[in-house]
Amino acid sequence: MRRFTPKVVTANALLEGDVIYLTADDRWSRRLEEAEVIEDEAIGQLRLLDAQRQVDRVVGAYLADVTASADGPQPVHFREDFRRKGPSNYAHGKQEGAANV
Amino acid sequence: MYKYTEFDTAFLAERNAQFRAQVERRIDGSLTEDEFKPLRLMNGLYLQLHAYMLRVAIPYGTLNSAQMRQLALLAVKWDKGYGHFTTRQNIQYNWPLLRDVPDMLDALAEVGLHAIQTSGNTIRNVTADHFAGAAADELADPRPVAELIRQWSTDHPEFQFLPRKFKIAVTGSPNDRAVTRAHDIGLRMVERDGETGYEVIVGGGLGRTPMIGQVIREFLPRGDLLPYLEAIVSVYNLLGRRDNKYKARIKITVHENGIETIRDLVETRFETLKTAFNGADQALLAQIEPQFAAPDFVAKDTAPYDRAYATDPVFRAWADTNLTAHRQADHAIVSISLKAHGATPGDATADQMRLMADLAAKYAYDELRISHEQNVILPHVARADLPAVHAALKTAGLATANIGLISDIIACPGMDYCALATARSIPIAQEIATHFDALKLEHDIGPLKIKISGCINACGHHHVGHIGILGLDRAGVENYQITLGGDGTEDAVIGERAGPGFAAEDLLPAIERLVRAYLELREGRDETFLDAYRRLGVAPFKAALYPEARDRHAA
Ligand code: HEM
Ligand code: SF4
Repeated sequence: MRRFTPKVVTANALLEGDVIYLTADDRWSRRLEEAEVIEDEAIGQLRLLDAQRQVDRVVGAYLADVTASADGPQPVHFREDFRRKGPSNYAHGKQEGAANV
Repeated sequence: MYKYTEFDTAFLAERNAQFRAQVERRIDGSLTEDEFKPLRLMNGLYLQLHAYMLRVAIPYGTLNSAQMRQLALLAVKWDKGYGHFTTRQNIQYNWPLLRDVPDMLDALAEVGLHAIQTSGNTIRNVTADHFAGAAADELADPRPVAELIRQWSTDHPEFQFLPRKFKIAVTGSPNDRAVTRAHDIGLRMVERDGETGYEVIVGGGLGRTPMIGQVIREFLPRGDLLPYLEAIVSVYNLLGRRDNKYKARIKITVHENGIETIRDLVETRFETLKTAFNGADQALLAQIEPQFAAPDFVAKDTAPYDRAYATDPVFRAWADTNLTAHRQADHAIVSISLKAHGATPGDATADQMRLMADLAAKYAYDELRISHEQNVILPHVARADLPAVHAALKTAGLATANIGLISDIIACPGMDYCALATARSIPIAQEIATHFDALKLEHDIGPLKIKISGCINACGHHHVGHIGILGLDRAGVENYQITLGGDGTEDAVIGERAGPGFAAEDLLPAIERLVRAYLELREGRDETFLDAYRRLGVAPFKAALYPEARDRHAA
């Protein structure tokens, strides 16, 4: 059997469109480090449903692959890396600093 | 310029009020995203990777200074101080908050701008030659008819749910600067026996199945335009494939049914519609036309221009690349480059927008244009005023002398913003521009169009770039495929894929090898990259791109 790739639940915030992650204590964080890392497929599906139910807060929730590391979950795909960081041509979005955290 | 009638103003106000209510219902949770999405798309609001994006139409690319100032105001008040001009003569704001969008739309309405039908399966913003009304080679100004098409297509009840998006471009010049052959419908004004009319091209498009449009009618008399367009769109509306999004554009409909079948269906439908239109469209056009009358050009002695050209090499370099012949010999068309080396193609800050608005008001009869090549145009400037215009542009980083050169790159937003992207495009454009600027080769290389898309949708027109670059995801790594020999003009050609793609770090050296091969191979400075490619074919350029393959064969 193939090993399950760890996942996080991610989406865009309804009001700002910003990339957000579901935490273990049911908050939405703007930082991937704070995301709940899901190690089990069934739990992943349940957490995704929890997220998708919040139609007045989030848009387009899905499960994204991550790898665990000492600094918290790291994106597997470069798209998720860009979503985590923001655009590369300006220090906008998440790169604007603490204000957005 | 077209001035809104009371009807237009009331229509827009009502539409904006509707959308405001829809946004409120989305925010309070009474609309789900599935319900809201088609409504927001109808009003130009996308959700991209990091934020919402509002796409505002600049109909046929024409703005006055008040409108440009308002675009600047939106950038400051509701975005991050800049806007992105696109290949479809739109401006995109990358960071609006959902709650603010209705206010943005109201602010746009104050100056007669909107975001209606900049998305969705509708007839999109009608684009036109950015030199319309100014170019020396022009037969007639295409903008009155573009405005007529806008009025006909906006909220057209039959065409709000087409099988897929529908894009129309118009040009009044034999030199096609509007890429008409890559549009769902392209219109080229032509003359026959002293009568003006249109060559009607149908079924062009880029995206995953790029196709050059085919001529459906060689000569359509002017007065028949709207019923004929309506006939095409209604035939497509019935015949177009709704079962498969990738086969839904009219290019596929034409391809699958054949141009003859489509032509017959359109002509039959046209016969009915022609009588139904009953000349009302022509009466409307007659009201629109005077609003596009050429300004009263003020004759001015060109001496200040001649002096600056003779004595100031920086001005001369700029004049050589960024000016185009105007139909008045003592005037010129100024292309303002939004491609400073290393900048994001098509981006302008609010300060830059305001400066361009000021220059338009002072020197250009209050007119600005946005080109599909993501630059801004001052369409009518007296040559005498060019030194002052150039000096002012310099103060705002807007005097880059690179129009049509290797750093005048079209790049789509790519994975820095776009949710559909498979790779980034902006950093690639930035790297190429900076690199060739550092080599000081740009002017020696001469006219060369590089166009970059961040995915197969081809928003960056890569298929019609002399050098096209397509960003892909190859097993989780950004990879760039090169196409060669594309051309978006009246001789439109889809570029040919050169071979395997390149990793991001190998791309720039590959482009440099390609360009150096051209410099070696060309017969002289007059032979452009595209000319050389057409003379020699793909082989020597492939050899430059893939030296390993050549060495293997030689071994
Ligand atoms: C949110 C960002 C965008 C999205 C989601 C988007 C989506 C798409 C899609 C799905 C297609 C393919 C359509 C088809 O083949 O049926 C397409 C084509 C195209 N888009 Fe975009 N696009 C975006 C931004 C842009 C921008 C910034 C420009 C202008 C720079 C642009 C101009 C075009 C053009 C010229 C084409 C190809 C012509 C054609 O329609 O065949 N798009 N876009
Ligand atoms: S080409 Fe692809 S990546 Fe670029 S803007 Fe269009 S959809 Fe986005």
